[in-house]
Amino acid sequence: MHASRFGASIRDFSEDRPARTGVLTQMDPLLLAASLGLVLCSLYTITGATADDVAGNPLYYVTRQAIYAGVGVVLMFLIARFDYSRLRELKLGIYAGMLSLILLVLVVGGATRGSRRWIELPFFTFQPSEFGKVLLIIALAAFIVDRSRKLSARETTSRIMLLALIPAAMVIVQPDLGTGMVYIAIVMALLFVAGTSWKHLAALVGIGATAIVLTLVALPAIGVNVLKPYQVDRLTSFLHPTDNPQEQGYQVNQSLTAIGAGQKTGRGAEDATQTKLDFLPEHHTDFVFSVVGEEFGFMGAAIVLSLYSLLIWRSLRILTMAKNLYGALIAGGVVAMLMFQVFVNVGMTIGIMPVTGVTLPLMSYGGASVITTFLALGLLQSIHVQSRVLAAAKGREVLA
Amino acid sequence: MYIDNENRPPITPQLALRVAIIGGVALALFAIVFFRLWYLQVLSGDKYLAQANANQIREIKIAAPRGEIVDRNGDPMVENRVSMAVKIAPNELPPKGSADRKQLFSNLSKVLDLDPGKMSHDVNQQFKLLPFSAATVKQDVDLNVVQYVLEHQDSLPGITIERVFLRSYPEGTTGAHLFGTVGEVNQEELDSKDYQDVTAGDRVGKSGVEQEYDKYLRGVNGASRVQVDAAGHYISTGAPKEPVQGKTLKLAIDLNTQRVGQRALSEFAPTGKGAFVVMDIRNGEILAMGSAPSFDPNQFSRVVTPKQYEALTSDENGAPLLNRATLGTYPTGSTFKLITATAALESGAITADATINDPGEITIGDQKFTNAGGEPNGTVNMVTALQVSSDVYFYALGARMNEAKVDGPLQQWAERYGIGRDTGIDLPPESPGLLPTPEWRNQLFKDGQTDRPWSIGDNVQLAVGQGDLQANPLQMAVAYAALANGGTVVTPHLAEQVEGADGRVLQEIEFPAQRQIPIAPATQATILDGLRKAATQPGGTSYDVFKDFPVPICGKTGTAERPPHGDQSWYIALAPCPGPQYVVAVTIEDGGFGAEAAAPAARQILAAIPTLGVGKKEQSKVVVGNNRTR
Repeated sequence: MHASRFGASIRDFSEDRPARTGVLTQMDPLLLAASLGLVLCSLYTITGATADDVAGNPLYYVTRQAIYAGVGVVLMFLIARFDYSRLRELKLGIYAGMLSLILLVLVVGGATRGSRRWIELPFFTFQPSEFGKVLLIIALAAFIVDRSRKLSARETTSRIMLLALIPAAMVIVQPDLGTGMVYIAIVMALLFVAGTSWKHLAALVGIGATAIVLTLVALPAIGVNVLKPYQVDRLTSFLHPTDNPQEQGYQVNQSLTAIGAGQKTGRGAEDATQTKLDFLPEHHTDFVFSVVGEEFGFMGAAIVLSLYSLLIWRSLRILTMAKNLYGALIAGGVVAMLMFQVFVNVGMTIGIMPVTGVTLPLMSYGGASVITTFLALGLLQSIHVQSRVLAAAKGREVLA
Repeated sequence: MYIDNENRPPITPQLALRVAIIGGVALALFAIVFFRLWYLQVLSGDKYLAQANANQIREIKIAAPRGEIVDRNGDPMVENRVSMAVKIAPNELPPKGSADRKQLFSNLSKVLDLDPGKMSHDVNQQFKLLPFSAATVKQDVDLNVVQYVLEHQDSLPGITIERVFLRSYPEGTTGAHLFGTVGEVNQEELDSKDYQDVTAGDRVGKSGVEQEYDKYLRGVNGASRVQVDAAGHYISTGAPKEPVQGKTLKLAIDLNTQRVGQRALSEFAPTGKGAFVVMDIRNGEILAMGSAPSFDPNQFSRVVTPKQYEALTSDENGAPLLNRATLGTYPTGSTFKLITATAALESGAITADATINDPGEITIGDQKFTNAGGEPNGTVNMVTALQVSSDVYFYALGARMNEAKVDGPLQQWAERYGIGRDTGIDLPPESPGLLPTPEWRNQLFKDGQTDRPWSIGDNVQLAVGQGDLQANPLQMAVAYAALANGGTVVTPHLAEQVEGADGRVLQEIEFPAQRQIPIAPATQATILDGLRKAATQPGGTSYDVFKDFPVPICGKTGTAERPPHGDQSWYIALAPCPGPQYVVAVTIEDGGFGAEAAAPAARQILAAIPTLGVGKKEQSKVVVGNNRTR
């Protein structure tokens, strides 16, 4: 056996024949089932919602989404096979790579509706800020593990925060406020899981609240606009959707109408006029949950939400099973990312959260979002597999 | 191959707590989302479903034809004609600002002979008001334009021909003043609750009967239902809702009487100006009512130019639009003596048999009042005074009933009969005219608007329908009817009933009488006797005209001085007499003595009243009297 970068871990596995023969059997079956179930829901919903969107090609979006999901699943299995712990050594490279990708998009990225978020590639558009979420989790978790003995130091907390705020700020100026908020949710979760003192956490929350008040209220009052006006409108319009039905409130009103009209069992893909006649904007991307609500009603929405709760429950369980702190932190970051995105996106469609352009993991159409989510799920599965392998090894030691 | 949990590294209590917190937060967030979804989809689902349905359906109006207006025999007086309008459908029109659209407008303006700039402006205005409805480019186009547009659809995309309903008047000038006009609803009307089911662009009654009975005549618009997407693009057409024509309004008018009346006016009016009313004295039904000069209402279903409108209203042309039967303000001359007689008999100013010597003139105060031409009538009582129309007799009564400061019996009775007030006819507007009273003149004098206060001369003039008195033929007809029917002041009206398209009566329109006035039967008998003798006994003022008329009538001539105009000729007849059923009031401007113009016209009109059975020959017979009394 030749030495390689992962030689050590492969050698570890070689002593563990039964586990190695089937990574599949070592993966969390419920987590896998929930993620594949969501992919199926996504494909089914997008088929109905986009049938009329591309003339002459009713399957345009669903074909692409299936390919993205396929790529994502393959990547998930590959990652699940490797020991995530090796990634710790690469933290500097990963962090630097993430920053340069986000910078790159600011320089060469394509613009849509005034924002630069993605890079045009032959097959699909590459959106660094989406992949950045996973890279940030891997890198930050590693930094935290390095300083795990000095967690109570104020310096640790501020350094970690700084490491997260740099990419977050860069994403926000793209501008992609929603993804930037995900970055902040991730770092908060990492600190929380790592065991940062309550005092520090409270201080961070306080600073965050002050920052929000400053950007939305105080600074505009003295003439300094941190956010673009449309961002402020989008953030605040959900508080009064009927004020301005043709503008910012329009999307939310149409979404509420779509979801409400679905009633208990939905209107079916053919009669879902809100979706079919384009009253519902972004019906295959950001507002895909509204389509679920309109076409399949409360029942359909409940099924999708149940799959998400299953996903989050299994992720939390994996967090507790992790063989080391690094695994627990990664799992914590992924849980935070999933929870934040699900709640902010669904909350937006039902009018209790602002419109921020956060995608619904696995459901929203889009390669970057789907593949990123599968990368994160691959990490979770890897953590699960590693804890199983370790447990099995220990079991044998005990038996021996 | 599962391993016991004890073999895994135990997690710290701190981590366990924090994981539990994350789990709790997740649970709380999911609960919030579930409750919100329950509220939206299960509790408020119906509301949102209705909203979603309303979102996508646009209704495009199909105008309903208005109901017809027919005479008492069901003969049409106002119908609808289908007119072809050129319209632009918004969903097929090239986008705004495109070269195709400019080209289209330029082509179209040539075909329709319109200014392209103004046309484009008008069309865009309409699209703004009613975004999904076709905009009207030009109304009432010729058949060759219709054919051209239909044959050149390739170069005129989105241009359609649409049927619209416009009013048509098969009888032309006959009854022109009775119907009123129809026009596009205005904002003020839209805001009122009488027009709740009317939408912008609808045509509604603007004046006259069309306005008064608009709620019956107005149809129910149909609609074609169109499904649109969020951008307003046309998706599909649903089942249309057919328009329902408005209900038929049956008038009390008898078309033939109306025709004869208008012809008689033009025959006997030297300057072509006058008016007449034929009314059933028992209930106020108007069988005919006309004003000369008349006009052709068909010109109002096209666009009326300011020049045309000027011609219809200018005094040089006799203001054809003016309905002199309800808006004329004339001194009534001797026809007023019916009121003077009632007042005198009822107030005791004179008895029926008491006589007064009429030497041809009388001096009251320092003023001398004369009969026409100073002709003496000798000793007269009430009946003979009415028969020969003795001015001196009525001057004397006017003097006896004068009060210096307040209304005397003459004013009181004139007011009871309806002088100086609206009749309440269902054909607004009407002019109340003017009843001169001491109070009115004294106030004018106090305000410096006249050179003298009320004097006895004013009352003497009023007693013979002169001086400041102003009244119209309809008011006089109502007054004569009140005497003849025993004291009921009827509400004159044109409308009789509302009928469905199948001719079934849907609603009788009731017109309760305005009021009762206490006329003693003896008073009524005396006055009717005088009026009967005036028309049927030698020496009577209209005996020349009516001596060989097949039906006995009561009638009173009137000749009113109306400087600077010529004398106003009046005649008011009650027929048959005794037992009167109808009143005919005729007034002719510059007509001279009552017997010369108004009475011969009234004779032809009376001959046309169907139930009197006079016969067709008399309807065109010219019998002019030469009695020269006022």
